[in-house]
Amino acid sequence: MLVIEQETYDAIVAHARRDHPDEACGVVAGAEGSDRATRFIPMLNAAMSPTFYEFDSGDLLRLYKEMGERDEEPVVIYHSHTATEAYPSRTDINLAQEPGAHYVLVSTRDGADDPAYDGPVEFRSYRIVDGEVTEEEVRVVGSYGESPEGED
Amino acid sequence: MAIELRVPTILRTYTGGAKAVTGDGATLAEFIDNVNGNHPGLKERIVEGEPEELRRFVNVYVNDEDVRFTGGLKTEVKDGDVVVVLPAVAGG
Repeated sequence: MLVIEQETYDAIVAHARRDHPDEACGVVAGAEGSDRATRFIPMLNAAMSPTFYEFDSGDLLRLYKEMGERDEEPVVIYHSHTATEAYPSRTDINLAQEPGAHYVLVSTRDGADDPAYDGPVEFRSYRIVDGEVTEEEVRVVGSYGESPEGED
Repeated sequence: MAIELRVPTILRTYTGGAKAVTGDGATLAEFIDNVNGNHPGLKERIVEGEPEELRRFVNVYVNDEDVRFTGGLKTEVKDGDVVVVLPAVAGG
């Protein structure tokens, strides 16, 4: 299960809507081993494409060095699909190389990018390990401090 | 002195969990071969094809420079250098 704070959830959705029709991508880092996604880091999609995303190689190095210095890891790796459902594509599965991360997908299809759109936006989370995709529940909480285990 | 390789999480199965290992060589290709001698299997996760090339979705940096801009596997390395391997974060 992915437990994520409302503010982070909203920031990911806002990024996806803002970058539509290109795919948006980024990371939410957190303390190693904590499984808490606390630091929202939107990344540039170097591919600038509606069907592909890739972190810029220089940005990638800076990101990982910074996380290393802070004893963080990528707890969430997110990106958007702009014309299809929020489910990992074959390319997503083949290229997923962080087995410990929650892979979050947001879909901005069917007008969900429109500033006037006020409905729900598809937001789903997966583990992708050795080519195996496992969807998991997403629980949005006000803040990690106020969500003791077992309480909704 | 030696050359240090920083190993990404997904490849630490080849290094017994170590985040960094060391090796020698005059070029990146030699260095990867040398490290692979102690950690078999590591090389084929970084390099592919004949002639050998870096995998498209693996990034390698020598002293913070992406080697795609410095000669790829022919990039010269020396004692004290730090080689970082990072899988691309990419998809469709």
